[in-house]
Amino acid sequence: MTQAPLFTATPSSMELHAGQWRGRLESLLGHGQAAGADLVEVFIERTDHLGVLAEQDTITNVSPSFGMGAGIRVFLGHRDGFVSTNDLSDTGLLAALDQALAMLGLQRSAPGTSSFDGLPALRDFATAKRAWLSQVPSLSETTEALLRGTDQLNRHGQHLQSRRGSYGRDWQSVLVAASDGTYAHDIRLHQTLGLNVLAADGEHRSSVGRRYGTTDNPDDLRQWDAEAAALDLCQSSGRMLYADYVEAGQFPVVLANRFGGVIFHEACGHLLETTQLERGTTPFAELVDQPIAHAAVTAIDEGLTGGAFGSIAMDDEGMESERTVLIENGVLKRFLSDRAGELRTGHARTGSGRRQGHTFAAASRMRNTFIAAGPHSPEELIASIDHGLYCKAMGGGSVGPTGQFNFAVEEGYRIENGQLGKPVKGATLIGEAKDVMPRISMCANDLELAAGFCGSVSGSIFVTVGQPHIKVDSITVGGR
Amino acid sequence: MANDLNAPALRNRLEQLARREGIGRWDLGAACSTDTSVQVDRGEAKQLKGAQRRSITVRVWNEAGLVGVTSTSDLSDEGLAKALVGAHDASAFGNKSDTPAFSPLATAPLVTLDQPLREQRTILELLETLKEAERDLLGRHGAIATVPYNGLAQRSSERIYLNSDGACRQQQLTTASLYLYARAEETGRKPRSSGAVRVAYGADDLDIAGCISEAADRTIAHLDYEPINTGHYTCVFSPEAFLDLIGAFSSLFNARAILDGISLSRRDSIGEQLAVPFLSIHDNGLHPANIGASTFDGEGTPTARLCLLEGGVLRNFLHSEATARAFGVAPTGHAGLGAKVSVGPDWFEIGPTPGVSGGEQGLDRFNARGPNPAGAEGLVVIDSLSALHAGVKASQGSFSLPFDGWLIRGGEQRSIESATVAGDIRKVLQGIIGFEGEAKITPSGLCPWVWIDNLSITGEA
Repeated sequence: MTQAPLFTATPSSMELHAGQWRGRLESLLGHGQAAGADLVEVFIERTDHLGVLAEQDTITNVSPSFGMGAGIRVFLGHRDGFVSTNDLSDTGLLAALDQALAMLGLQRSAPGTSSFDGLPALRDFATAKRAWLSQVPSLSETTEALLRGTDQLNRHGQHLQSRRGSYGRDWQSVLVAASDGTYAHDIRLHQTLGLNVLAADGEHRSSVGRRYGTTDNPDDLRQWDAEAAALDLCQSSGRMLYADYVEAGQFPVVLANRFGGVIFHEACGHLLETTQLERGTTPFAELVDQPIAHAAVTAIDEGLTGGAFGSIAMDDEGMESERTVLIENGVLKRFLSDRAGELRTGHARTGSGRRQGHTFAAASRMRNTFIAAGPHSPEELIASIDHGLYCKAMGGGSVGPTGQFNFAVEEGYRIENGQLGKPVKGATLIGEAKDVMPRISMCANDLELAAGFCGSVSGSIFVTVGQPHIKVDSITVGGR
Repeated sequence: MANDLNAPALRNRLEQLARREGIGRWDLGAACSTDTSVQVDRGEAKQLKGAQRRSITVRVWNEAGLVGVTSTSDLSDEGLAKALVGAHDASAFGNKSDTPAFSPLATAPLVTLDQPLREQRTILELLETLKEAERDLLGRHGAIATVPYNGLAQRSSERIYLNSDGACRQQQLTTASLYLYARAEETGRKPRSSGAVRVAYGADDLDIAGCISEAADRTIAHLDYEPINTGHYTCVFSPEAFLDLIGAFSSLFNARAILDGISLSRRDSIGEQLAVPFLSIHDNGLHPANIGASTFDGEGTPTARLCLLEGGVLRNFLHSEATARAFGVAPTGHAGLGAKVSVGPDWFEIGPTPGVSGGEQGLDRFNARGPNPAGAEGLVVIDSLSALHAGVKASQGSFSLPFDGWLIRGGEQRSIESATVAGDIRKVLQGIIGFEGEAKITPSGLCPWVWIDNLSITGEA
């Protein structure tokens, strides 16, 4: 093994000041275009993260991190090569470009052969955001807020064996340049708070959690109502501690608003990304302008709602965000598309090219995804069911490669004769999107969004899910 | 090797920076890697990826003995200095009641593993190999139309652990992996999918033919399916499925989780009969079949084989330095690196306890031996579990998980259309009937087929 120098000669221009980067980016793009690439895209980022954990009445972990890196993507026809690196020196970036070119059988040519015209004026979405990192709560404020949260859990909870509060703050500055004239800069700020409890009484146990999150609001933590959050969580924990296991079978269910929308996100939303079209794994491929859901269902994905966890001023390919109607009155209208998706499937880009960071190529991904409000009250939905299940809080879930989904119900109640009954635990909802979407027969008028993380082909990204209360006429409920 | 961590230079630089900042005690973990990977779609390149990664995590102890940490991918002078100062700032919020220290084993001798460092193939060579594998798999059955999830990847990596007391650990590794998940569809029937994975030290060592055959066989075996009645069944877990289940409940053995109050075990659980008396579980990161084994953990403690369950009795917990100190034992080599150090398993060895009788012998799901294989409801074979991140409540002991598998009646098997298996891990461990076949080596451990009585299955019949 060679003993290369330890310390990379990274220039001070690693700061994402577009003026300092313009020449270097133009050089890279020019080299790529001269080598024969159809399109070259460079994504540069700097990140600053803080994670804090409080357990019981003690701060047990503070984990700051920061980083930088670049992702270079080269397209030739329908093919692309992608290389990421932490080395932002000229040498490091050129080596990454060379590797990406070589993946497509291309080679950098002699200097001076580029016909690249240069980048246009920067589209700077970050002009009002530069001070955010200095405006976020200090570490002292953060730890105090979390300890206030775990203290409120102690005040309101019973039989609590474990109380946890967690905080995550992610700041990201991104610069995107491409040989098609894209040149854009943005700063993103995401903050998330989580509370979790484990209650135990003899053989009875319940573990429940809640997560809250916003984007682009440095004061978010300062505005957090720790008592209300703790009270909500402790009430759920108390109800679930002595709950019976749910019986398995096929039932009508009512899914609560907010995080109930995770089912639509996972079971249907992913199937409306062009990534799935490219793989041939969506059953909706040929169904644009045809009904795929009950007429009661209109579904939207957008990146515009102020403060919502999935909102983005521009996507990770430099395209401004937009509102995309996916399903209108049950009829499929659009797929979510990114640059590669448009190239390979023909569906126009929707500002949905997203990635966790520089180590991932962008892919078509969701932003704030929700089922629109309907005309009913939540009570009307429950009253319409003789024997079924009310899913007040959902846990996580997943979708298999053939479209089958499953979701854990964190807090459930029986519905008997149109009334809410006893709490039940251990329920899992199982089905397939194309079977279940036509069975969403009623939507209530209480749409709300909830923050979450979505893991997929381009990494873990910030999203919101959402819906009003909805009724599914029949679904398989896994239990004991 | 394309990596370039320079341990002596890193130590010198950290020592200089620490002196400048008045920091007397520090340690760090650093890692770098180069990765290349390819995906294909029906004979064409789908995605070609390369990555160079570097990262470092620095811990410092302040004047009050409290610990702070910072991580970065910026290994420039400026980045390292910022990380060191950041860790020192964070140490003001260190946990007084649970402060990590250097592992007493951070300078103990390490075993030497036979881990050959393989030459990295060019990405175009990887691409051709994967195209050929996909073509072969597509040709195995008319119903296999695509291989939507596939990938061939290789990595060359290096990691280091250093501390201000002079510990210096360093390990280089090359690995390669192949996964093929095929999708098959017959007219008028639902699509079915299954696959296989292989890992090795280099792309040339991968068992590509075996991976193709396994992916094809498993996919084809699920083509003819039917729904299953909801009820309670005797279940046969594949080695992969049982290892996944035990891994999901590894907090049973995790001293960190016990101290945090989120494990089903307690500090005084050692010696308890947790499972049937003929079950043993060891954690053995050093097993020769564990491709990618580490000889030391995040704190520099040597990796070692550890008995977790013997004769069904809980014998040991997995420890970091801090948890070991709290329990009055030695660290076991299962730590990460942080202000609060995480603990996790490496690679399980699961099987019968030598010399202990009990449990059914010679079980065979295809022959009418063993409990109820030909009974009215039949025997459920759990081939693979899904959604472990969502369907497992480790702190409660409960699980409800979708699975791919088969129903066996009268010695004949038929794929199950869609179903979940639910239960309590403590009852599972006490409900083991016996084992079938020899232990199989998988990427996450070693295990035979495991028969378990009376598990709840929810189907769609």
